[in-house]
Amino acid sequence: MTHLLEVQDLVVKFGLRSGDLTALNGINFTLNPGERMGLVGESGAGKSVAGFSIINLISRPGFIASGRVLFEGEEISAYPLEQMRGIRGNRISMIFQDPMMTLNPVLTIGTQMVETIQAHNQVSAAHAREIALEKLQKVYISSPGKRLGQYPHELSGGMRQRVVIAISLLTNPSLIIADEPTTALDVTIQAEVMALLLELCKHEHMGLILITHDLGVVSQVTEKIAVMYAGRIVEQGPTTDIVTNPRHPYTKGLIQALPQGGSGRGRLHQIPGMMPNLTSIPPGCAFHPRCEQAMDICRRETPRLFGDAEHSGLVACHLYSQSR
Amino acid sequence: MRLWKQFRGSYFLYSFLHDPVAMGSFIILTLLTLSAFGAPVIAPHDPYDTTTINIMDSEIPPMWMENGDQNFSLGTDAQGRDMLSTMLYGMRISLIIGVGATFLQAVIGIVLGLIAGYKGGKIDNFLMRMADVQLSFSTLMVAIFLSAIFQAIFGVAAFESMAVPFLVLVIGIAEWPQYARTVRASVLAEKKKEYVEAARVMGLPANRIMWRHILPNTMSPILVLSTVQVAHAIMSEAALSFLGLGMPITKPSLGSLINSGFDYIFSGSWWITMFPGFLLVLLILVINLLGDWVQDVLNPKLYKG
Repeated sequence: MTHLLEVQDLVVKFGLRSGDLTALNGINFTLNPGERMGLVGESGAGKSVAGFSIINLISRPGFIASGRVLFEGEEISAYPLEQMRGIRGNRISMIFQDPMMTLNPVLTIGTQMVETIQAHNQVSAAHAREIALEKLQKVYISSPGKRLGQYPHELSGGMRQRVVIAISLLTNPSLIIADEPTTALDVTIQAEVMALLLELCKHEHMGLILITHDLGVVSQVTEKIAVMYAGRIVEQGPTTDIVTNPRHPYTKGLIQALPQGGSGRGRLHQIPGMMPNLTSIPPGCAFHPRCEQAMDICRRETPRLFGDAEHSGLVACHLYSQSR
Repeated sequence: MRLWKQFRGSYFLYSFLHDPVAMGSFIILTLLTLSAFGAPVIAPHDPYDTTTINIMDSEIPPMWMENGDQNFSLGTDAQGRDMLSTMLYGMRISLIIGVGATFLQAVIGIVLGLIAGYKGGKIDNFLMRMADVQLSFSTLMVAIFLSAIFQAIFGVAAFESMAVPFLVLVIGIAEWPQYARTVRASVLAEKKKEYVEAARVMGLPANRIMWRHILPNTMSPILVLSTVQVAHAIMSEAALSFLGLGMPITKPSLGSLINSGFDYIFSGSWWITMFPGFLLVLLILVINLLGDWVQDVLNPKLYKG
C-alpha cells in the first residue's frame, strides 16, 4: 500500500548571514490514507516549519536542504512551482491558527471560496458557489447561504474558523495540515471545532496532520503522535501508547504539565528551562540541559530514534538504548 | 440596493454628515465641478468662439465697479473675453488635467509599486531606484524639458492642440513615484499577513494574490494620496501654465489665466489675475480639506483629541 504521505530525512535550513541554521534535522514519518497524526512540541520546535515544508512553502531564507516528501507516492518536494500549486490547496490543504488573519478582510466569504475552487477546477462561478454552499453546510455553519455574501468581520471567531475549514475542504483534499487550528479560539469553541475536524476527517477519509502544543487536543483527535524538540522528532508512536506511557523525558514532562482533572492542588509540573535557540543547540541530546535524568552520554551523543514503530513507538533517548 | 443600504449605515457616511467642514468642502467642490463641466451650458459667453469676442470690450472691470458692464459680471480680460466664462472653461481644463494626471500617476505607480513590493529583491531595487531618480527631477524640470523637446519636434501649433494630453502625460510621469512608494510600503505590510500566506497555501497564482488580495487592502492609503495628488496636479498644471509651458492663452486653464492677467495687475486690471487666483485657491483648498477628512476616516488610529 502506498502511504498518503511519506517524509524522509527532511532537513530544513535557514540561510542567514552568520551561517545556516538547521530548523528541521532529519524528520521521518509516514501517514496512511485517512490517518490522523499529531505533531507536538513547544514553540520553536519546528512543528510549523515541518508543516510548511511538506507543501514546499517555506519562506526565504528557509529552504529544504535535503530529504524527500512523497505524497501518494510522488515526490512533491521535487516539483516545480507550477506543479506544486496544483497540489497546494487542491490535494493538500492547510488550516491556520488565526481565522481572522487567514481570511482576506476585504473580500466576501463567497468570493474567497469561489476563487479557491476556480484556481483548481474549471467550473462556472455559479457551480463553484454551489460547491461552496455545500461545504459550508458540511461544517454546520448557521444559515450558510447568508454567509457567502458576508465579510469575515461580520462573523464570530468560531464561525470564521468553520469557514476556513470549509475552504480547506473545497477541493476534496486527501490531506489537511492544521497548524494550531484552535489556539485563537476559546475553549468551548475549540472543542466544537476539533470535533468537527475529527468528524470531517473520518467522514471524508482525509488524512490530518495536527500541529499543536496541546497534548490534550491531540490525544482526542489523532491516532499517532510525533513529539518534536529542537528540530528533531524525539518520540513517535500510537497516541494511546504515548499518552499513557510516555518514555522520553520531554514527553513525560509535557504530559505532566497538563492540568489533570481532580488531581488535587499543588503546582503544575513544569519542564525547567527553555527550548534552546536554534543558533545554540547543545551538543549531544538537545534536551539534556533540561532533563532530570541526563547522563554523561547525553552530553556527547545525539540519540537516534529506535524501537517498534507499530506498537510501542519510537523514542530517541539514551535511557532506553542502554537496555538494548 | 443592498450596497445603498450598506452605505447608508456606514461609518463613512456618518462621519461625513457630522463633519461640517467635509460637508461644506464637498458641496463647494461639487458646485465647482458641476459649473466647470456645465460651462458650455451655463457660461454667459463662449471664450473659445473668437467671433463673439470684441477687442473693444477688453479690460472691462467687474460690473459693480465704475465702468462695469452688466454683460460681463466679473469683467473681461485683455482680449475682451468674459472673465466668468473663461474661468469656468479654464477650471474645466484644470480639473481634467488634474484628475487625468493623477489617474495616470496612479496607474503607473500602483502597477510598479505592487510588483516591487510583492516580488521584492532585484526587481524591487530596480524599480525603487527608478523612483528615486524620477523624484530627483522636479515636476517643473521634467515638464520644461519635455515641452521644449515636444515644441521643437512638432512645432508650437501642434503643441497647442495637444496641450491637454501632453500636460496629463508630463505631470503623470513626473509624480508616479509617490504612488509607487505608498503602494509598495502597504504591500510590504500586507504581504506578511496570514491571509496572503493562506492564499498561497490554497494554490492561488501570484498575479491573483497581488491584484485580488493585496491591492484592495492597500486602497485606503491610495485613496488618501489621490486627494492630495489631484490638488497637487492641478497646482503643477497651474504653475506650468503660469510659466507659459502649459495651456496656451487661446484655451486658458486657471494657471494661464493668472499668467495672462499678471501683466495687467499694475495697470489696475487686477481682476484678470485675482479672480482665477481665488478660484484656484478655493478649488485646491476644498480638495485638500476633503482629503484630510478622508484620511481621518480611513485611518482610525489618527485620533484628533
